[in-house]
Amino acid sequence: MIEMLALLASPLAGALVLALYGHRERAAEVNAFFSIVTFGAAAALTGRIVAHGPLRVLHEQFFVDSLNVFLVALTAFIGMTTALFSRPYMRIERDHGRVSAAGLRLYHSMYQMFSFTMLLVLTTNNLGIMWVAMEAATLTTVLLVALYRTPASLEAAWKYFILCGVGIAQALFGTILVYFAAERVLGPGVGSLLWTHLDAVKASLEPTVMSIAFVFLLVGYGTKVGLVPLHNWLPDAHAEGPTPVSAVLSGLLLNVALYALIRCKVIADGSLHQAGGLPFASSLMMGFGLLSVVVGAFFLSRQRDIKRMFAYSSIEHMGLIAFAFGMGGPVASFAGLLHMTMHSLTKSAIFFAVGHATQKTGTQLMENIRGLMRVSPTVGWGLMLGTLAILGMPPFGVFASEFLILTQAIALRPWAAPILLGALGIAFAAIFGKVQPMVFGDTTAKRLPHPPALLPVFAHLGIVLLLGLYMPPYLAAWYRQAARLIG
Amino acid sequence: MLTHYGPQLVNLFAAVLLLLAFAMLSQRRMLSLINLFAAQGFVLFLTTSLVAALTGQHHLYWSALLTLALKVILLPWILHRLIRKLNIKWDVETLINIPTTMLVGIVLVVLAFNLALPISQLAGTVTRSTLGIALASVLLSFLMMITRSKAIPQVIGFLAMENGLFFAATGAVYGMPMVVELGVALDVLVGALILGIFIFQIRERFDSLDTRHLERLKEL
Repeated sequence: MIEMLALLASPLAGALVLALYGHRERAAEVNAFFSIVTFGAAAALTGRIVAHGPLRVLHEQFFVDSLNVFLVALTAFIGMTTALFSRPYMRIERDHGRVSAAGLRLYHSMYQMFSFTMLLVLTTNNLGIMWVAMEAATLTTVLLVALYRTPASLEAAWKYFILCGVGIAQALFGTILVYFAAERVLGPGVGSLLWTHLDAVKASLEPTVMSIAFVFLLVGYGTKVGLVPLHNWLPDAHAEGPTPVSAVLSGLLLNVALYALIRCKVIADGSLHQAGGLPFASSLMMGFGLLSVVVGAFFLSRQRDIKRMFAYSSIEHMGLIAFAFGMGGPVASFAGLLHMTMHSLTKSAIFFAVGHATQKTGTQLMENIRGLMRVSPTVGWGLMLGTLAILGMPPFGVFASEFLILTQAIALRPWAAPILLGALGIAFAAIFGKVQPMVFGDTTAKRLPHPPALLPVFAHLGIVLLLGLYMPPYLAAWYRQAARLIG
Repeated sequence: MLTHYGPQLVNLFAAVLLLLAFAMLSQRRMLSLINLFAAQGFVLFLTTSLVAALTGQHHLYWSALLTLALKVILLPWILHRLIRKLNIKWDVETLINIPTTMLVGIVLVVLAFNLALPISQLAGTVTRSTLGIALASVLLSFLMMITRSKAIPQVIGFLAMENGLFFAATGAVYGMPMVVELGVALDVLVGALILGIFIFQIRERFDSLDTRHLERLKEL
């Protein structure tokens, strides 16, 4: 109870405090402080769930089980490391004159608000509140993407708002339909929107309504996950926003949207199962997932902007995860959850390294970034190792999760396996070919006024490496338990 | 009296709502567009109050008041201020192919009715026949956002889409639980304010509110 309240109160208080004092010199430290407190609360909450099992508090309005507590922990952890990274990063941006004091106040306040909305999506038991929080997360990130006020960033933010606004409106219609189906079983009132109640009666929900509802929910939340063909906002928003925002967008927001989708899929599957026939929800997720992997991989080689390229890589990985959850079954869901963790940690580490690389060279165009290793070996190695990790090289953890997904695909959906393998191969060739000259060779980089924060990069990559080499039994048991909930 | 004519009156209001959605789709004048949006909000307020009176669902009165305050008074007022400040009150947008847009709109309405048919058959509410209309007005607003190139009509399309969703909730399930409706209203208000700020910035950077200028970020 107390952990739960602290988890939500800390970022909310942070948003209020920083809305007043976010322009001061020490604001970055205050921002980091609130994120650390949030992480502490998340860790306490995780400990409690592991020890005592699922938790329902405040008249069941909040519900935490092993599925969402793992995402809460991940979100709070990356929220913390990104706050630490953004401390020197945003100072350098201010010194370069790209952002004003008022801009920094907006940035710090919205950063905390964004953490709050994501944690609310993850912990709420009410599907309606989940939608409200998801929309609020869109609004806060729109402001963050437009932070630099350049024409390109305004364009990206406008596109982001309009596309996600339209998308998320479809999800609201889907939520209304879910409520409609539930009301007939559970009666009117807030109870009919609570996920735990829906889960208990999912087998008696009207399958026709639920299948239409799931289509709307998939289109709605799928827009935020960045599933092709609803992905158009994603590369622009990643490329034009400040780098810490790209890191949390890619590492956290996509995960959180996917989480909302998974919760809806569990209900829809349960309802459609009774009707027999095709596993409708699963097939849809597999189809969208596969399309995202292929399109994401093919667009990678055409990119010139480094942040855009890694944004397309996120689309590809989100597709892979959606495909894994679509296949279903204990192993595939396990692999999907593992890949969510690995992708978040690795991709945010890459964005940290990319952020400093672009500051050192003053450009996001890959052909102008050369020889990072010469000037700063840490940034160079961070980018190189992160790239190798995200491409699924052993011994990093991404290899383990991708390997599991591929073997499951071979076992359950043999026709999809060659497509996935081909797409991963194309992605490898495209990304590695572009990163290699950026890291090695003659340099274009220069020194920075503040020492870069590279501890988060190596902390993330260290965890990914560690989990690739050895997964502690309690963590594996935890993932297995969460995978069982997805089915 | 009310129980006899009530459901028919709801259907009448629903038809007016759909008509207003079509009117917005073809309206070229900025000022009239805002007035149409306010009118749509007012019809929504009338419908919600009527459904509340018919069914005795007291929380619907609150939703109706919320609609009146937000969508009939506050948001149109903000939009009016916006176009006055930007000095585009009398702007006329050149829309190509209004007849084609209308035809596409009709197809969307047919599609929405077909999609809503199995659902409304299951509904036990007096308003069940309105679900198709609600979905149709959502899709029509969606179409409006796609076909318009100016920023403000896109925003109005976004808000009108929320009107359609609200109507769907009222028609199918007598409104969502109050806490959710308040949350949605807050999101819409904040969203509209953010878009308002954006519109100023876009105008400052691009000297125009035509979102066709916002097409530089694309694949090579």
